[in-house]
Amino acid sequence: MTVQDEREGGRAAADADPYRPSARRIARERHRRNRTRRAFAVAAASTVATAAVLYALIVDSPGWDRTRQTFFDAHYARISLHPVLVGLWLNLRLLVVCGAIVLVAGLLTALLRTLRGPVFFPVRALATAYVDFFRGLPLIICILLCVFGIPALRLTGVTNNPVLLGAFALCLTYTAYVAEVFRAGIESVHPSQRAAARSLGLSNAQAMRHVVLPQAVRRVVPPLLNDLVSLQKDTGLVSIGGAVDAVYAAQIIASRDFNYTPYVVAGLIFVVITIPMTRFTDWVAARMNRRQSQGGAV
Amino acid sequence: MRPAILPSRHRAALAAAPLLVLALAACAPQDDGDSSAAPSPSDGATSTATASCSPASLATHTSGTFTVGTDNPAYDPWFVDNKPSNGKGYESAVAYAVARQLGYSADQVTWQKVPFNSAFSPGAKNFDVDINQVSITAARRKTVDFSPGYYDVRQAVVAPKGSKIAGAHSLADLKNAKLGAQVGTTSLDVIDDVVKPTRQPAVYQRNDLAVAALKNGQVDGIVVDLPTAFYITGSEVPGATVVGQFAATGTAPEQFGLVLDKGSKLTSCVSQAVTTLRANGTLAALEKKWLSDAVNAPVLK
Repeated sequence: MTVQDEREGGRAAADADPYRPSARRIARERHRRNRTRRAFAVAAASTVATAAVLYALIVDSPGWDRTRQTFFDAHYARISLHPVLVGLWLNLRLLVVCGAIVLVAGLLTALLRTLRGPVFFPVRALATAYVDFFRGLPLIICILLCVFGIPALRLTGVTNNPVLLGAFALCLTYTAYVAEVFRAGIESVHPSQRAAARSLGLSNAQAMRHVVLPQAVRRVVPPLLNDLVSLQKDTGLVSIGGAVDAVYAAQIIASRDFNYTPYVVAGLIFVVITIPMTRFTDWVAARMNRRQSQGGAV
Repeated sequence: MRPAILPSRHRAALAAAPLLVLALAACAPQDDGDSSAAPSPSDGATSTATASCSPASLATHTSGTFTVGTDNPAYDPWFVDNKPSNGKGYESAVAYAVARQLGYSADQVTWQKVPFNSAFSPGAKNFDVDINQVSITAARRKTVDFSPGYYDVRQAVVAPKGSKIAGAHSLADLKNAKLGAQVGTTSLDVIDDVVKPTRQPAVYQRNDLAVAALKNGQVDGIVVDLPTAFYITGSEVPGATVVGQFAATGTAPEQFGLVLDKGSKLTSCVSQAVTTLRANGTLAALEKKWLSDAVNAPVLK
């Protein structure tokens, strides 16, 4: 509340109670205003100076002309835009299909790993072995083995389409990641929740379905979305089988004409479509926090 | 009440930010004297090399040695056993012949593994010349220097026996085929510009992946240069045939050239060496020795 605010806001009351700010208060406020103004000026000057130096550094560098021609060439940006977007369509289709499969398969795998009772030991052991193996196997090797290895078996009725095989490899690897995320969520639900559900007469399955899973899934939404963003970028790896995705479309033009501009175009497009996803992730997390903080103690 | 002056530490900070950047500027790469604005011999046709071409006067990457780059793996029949330094295979032999022409002995030649993509990066190069079946094109000349061609390339189609295009006699027979090629090769351009198939070609990072796809029946055929085609049918995929080769598209035949840095001081000397080797029959002899089984395949029109 500065003197000016009071003058404007308290005009009506000014007649009844003529307030005179002390000389000290006026001096203190002037000093604060000056300090703010000066801080702003210093920040602006520093920013301008830094930008100018960086600009000079890049533009006056001996290689700038060649760098500009090789990385920022309008002609190549124009001719690469369409092929890159066509390739991006493949990335997006893979993301949606694999994302859906991975969520379901990951949840199922996590449930298999958390089954109780000695009779389910082989199921638990198999699920654990699967997760351990495919979390450790580098994705690129998994894709290579699926895309070039499965068709070599000459099995009848099995596709040799590199896109489908690559999608299968993506699902194998990402299901293992996501299963671990879900399992962490399930195990983070306090045992008292399960105990309370069982004491109300719910079976093990019902307790899992109605009490544990809703809380577990809600807790792991942020890491799940993280895996989704990661999957979006890894869809490009199916190009090793010969299919053309966005980055590969850029590479084809870049290596044909020895110009890197298509890579820059593809990179910018990926950044542009990842930003909304990141914002969505933040929004989901914020909404969950609001919901959890509502209602207080039960 | 504190005096309303800018405290000294603020002044220090104000001075420090640009100074920090200036310190960075001190680390900026300095031009090593060869101004990129200077006109460079854009191809090897210049025979007016005034500088003498000898190891003593050549400004090579490492003085006294001739550094040659090629990709890893280096494929047959251009190299043998993925060892470029053994002098076997056409491109290895050509590299040593060029070095000898410039006055370097075989043990003064060092090999550098250079991925295809970094052969044309605008940064400083770690090789004097790169020999990696790189076709000379006008667009590529904007980014790198080329020697004159050391090999006239023809593209050919390889298909497994029993593939629907194994008996193709014309371009029309390839229209509905699923074809494959390696990224960054003119083989891919031939598919796109000459065959113009109805199905999108499969594009592979490396030739061995294309060959694997061919074996698996994931493509009906792959397009490679003729020597590679005969190597594949001869030793890699015995059940495959060279369906045919493509007629030269442009006016000039397509050629492989040695890649040099744009504006390299060596371009004129290396170009002279290649021109001499072609004129005195060395290239033809090496071609006969290493690529002799590349007999003619029927031309697809």
